Amino acid sequence: MKFVAKIFNKRANWAIPYAIFLALFVALPLVLILVYAFQDAEGAFSLDNFRRFVEQPEAVNTFIYSIGIALITTILCILLGYPAAWILSNRKLNRSEITVVLFILPMWINILVRTLATVALFDFAKLPLGEGALIFGMVYNFLPFMIYPIYNTLQKMDHSLIEAAEDLGATPWKVFRKVTVPLSMPGVMSGIMMVFMPTISTFAIAELLTMNNVKLFGTTIQENINNGMWNYGAALSLIMLVIIGITSLFSDGEEQNDSESLI
Amino acid sequence: MAKKSETIIKIENLSKAFGDKVVLDNINLDIKRGEFVTLLGPSGCGKTTLLRMLAGFMQPDEGVISMEDKNILTMPPHQRPLNTVFQRYALFPHLNVYENIAFGLKLKKVVSREIDKRVRKALKMVSMTDYEDRDVNSLSGGQQQRVAIARAIVNQPQVLLLDEPLAALDLKMRKDMQMELKQMHEALGITFIYVTHDQEEALTLSDTIVVMSEGKIQQIGTPIDIYNEPANSFVADFIGESNILNGTMIKDKEVEFIGHKFECVDSGFGENTAVDVVIRPEDIYLVGNVENADFTGVVKSCIFKGVHYEMFVETDKGFELMIQDYNAFEEGTTVGMFIKPSDIHVMRKERTCNTFQGVMTSPTTVEMLGSEFECKDQGLQAGDNVTVRVAFNRVELHDYKEDGKLIGSVHFILYKGDHYHLTVKTEDGDFIYVDTNDIWDNFDVVGISIDKRDIYVSKRV
Repeated sequence: MKFVAKIFNKRANWAIPYAIFLALFVALPLVLILVYAFQDAEGAFSLDNFRRFVEQPEAVNTFIYSIGIALITTILCILLGYPAAWILSNRKLNRSEITVVLFILPMWINILVRTLATVALFDFAKLPLGEGALIFGMVYNFLPFMIYPIYNTLQKMDHSLIEAAEDLGATPWKVFRKVTVPLSMPGVMSGIMMVFMPTISTFAIAELLTMNNVKLFGTTIQENINNGMWNYGAALSLIMLVIIGITSLFSDGEEQNDSESLI
Repeated sequence: MAKKSETIIKIENLSKAFGDKVVLDNINLDIKRGEFVTLLGPSGCGKTTLLRMLAGFMQPDEGVISMEDKNILTMPPHQRPLNTVFQRYALFPHLNVYENIAFGLKLKKVVSREIDKRVRKALKMVSMTDYEDRDVNSLSGGQQQRVAIARAIVNQPQVLLLDEPLAALDLKMRKDMQMELKQMHEALGITFIYVTHDQEEALTLSDTIVVMSEGKIQQIGTPIDIYNEPANSFVADFIGESNILNGTMIKDKEVEFIGHKFECVDSGFGENTAVDVVIRPEDIYLVGNVENADFTGVVKSCIFKGVHYEMFVETDKGFELMIQDYNAFEEGTTVGMFIKPSDIHVMRKERTCNTFQGVMTSPTTVEMLGSEFECKDQGLQAGDNVTVRVAFNRVELHDYKEDGKLIGSVHFILYKGDHYHLTVKTEDGDFIYVDTNDIWDNFDVVGISIDKRDIYVSKRV
């Protein structure tokens, strides 16, 4: 009994379960990916998996295509999400917190359920499934992740800065361009991180909304692993991780705080 | 230098209400070119609202503001030829010092060589040369305020609005900045409109002080006028320390207060008129010798205040006076006191009793202040419109709001030497004035009741 109490008295010990969790479910899988990626089927060290990726035009094309789709989704999310966030944060246009919650509400429902509902919606409206439906589904699913961080930065912005700009002779448009937009960039950057990264690796949305006609990189990885090609799948995952790692470097340091308070 | 006598800004009949709360009540004010005008008053008096209307961030319900004979109310803020220094600086965090100051000039498409010249000049003016490339977040409060001032004056406005610019600085820094602002005002020769709640700052800086309270202008004048000749007890209490006492003007040049008659220099109040008397604490002379003194008293407390001692003296007739003197008189000492006729300032009383409008609901009940009160039968009928009078000292205040007929909160407290004169604001926004010996604090919530014998009703025609 005394021994147990001793363990609990030291606060650092409380971290042990989390450390075990991280080791088992984050660190170990990453190490496994790394190890598998540099092994051939017999378990010997080789760069064959990467060579295969570079030499196979199909995989490279899927990869580029996925990045393209992710870029389009992200850009559409910014174009749709920024004005929405601006309107929500404007005290004259929006006076209730409820409208904000309404925008965030879809995030409370599982992504697969929402996507299946989208499929049903397209069927009902007799719209063809395919690339268009895919982009629609992606934007629909990830828009709240763009709106919320931008809304958050805009709402926290000191209103006197806008008044100061007006006072110095800026028209409303100039105020928006020279003060509001630059000051909301941290929010936009977190939005990009939260939309771009997951969209590169999704496969469920692509499968459901294109009837498996359009292949994304996530689908390729999933197929390889399902077919027992563990080493090649691991290599592809590693490539994707590196790309995501590089994008996150772009915006590092500025906006750590903005995605924290996501509902 | 600009011509000083010319009016640059004219404010006429300006009013504004937020819901039921009147924040500006029929403000009229002329501001001269090159003048340093201070809007002074406690928080919530409407001074900031007035400044924001000048800048264009708020629209009045009624009235006109014109600048150089042009109505500026129709102009959005970015077209108005004036610039603002904000209380919390409002520097753009994404721009450095240079870019902040150049912001206005760039918008006006000034050529970059000219911008460079003017930014450097402005930086020199606020003693911030060599800070161009600094990140504004790395500057201290005082430095940020200097940049904010530079950012405003670089646009060469005719009028500079300053919204409590020194409020966030510590005392020493504030004193230094006050001097610099005054020098800057002289060097630039433009009009400064300065908002503050700090009376000392207002007295130090201004050419003209506009004292405001409850959305109304209480007095406009030079610092010396305002200090020496306050227009009413609010101004006397707000500006500097003062003893405000009830008095009676016996006849011209003779006034009675604290139980003694004094010679004074005021006249024209009529005979035996109730007045307020203001004596500044430094204007009462203390002597150890009680013979031949105007009146005598006993020192109750004596505190050293740096340059002078501040003493509270209880007079022979039981009034408490605040006195400042270079010499200390110990607690318990009996002292004699003198007041010079010219140091006695007499003010007409704004009111001598509470006056309310009411309606009789029966011969013995009257409805007023949103409630029904019992009163004596004075031969009036239900439905008669009446004026109700209640003496200040006949209003009772209760600690527990449930004990009163009405609920109010203490709004303003004036010490009158032997009692407190309170302004109590009811829930409906009516004011009731109360004389009491009990000690209350501002914003205390109180129950209010009035005995039926103390309610005097008279028919209104």
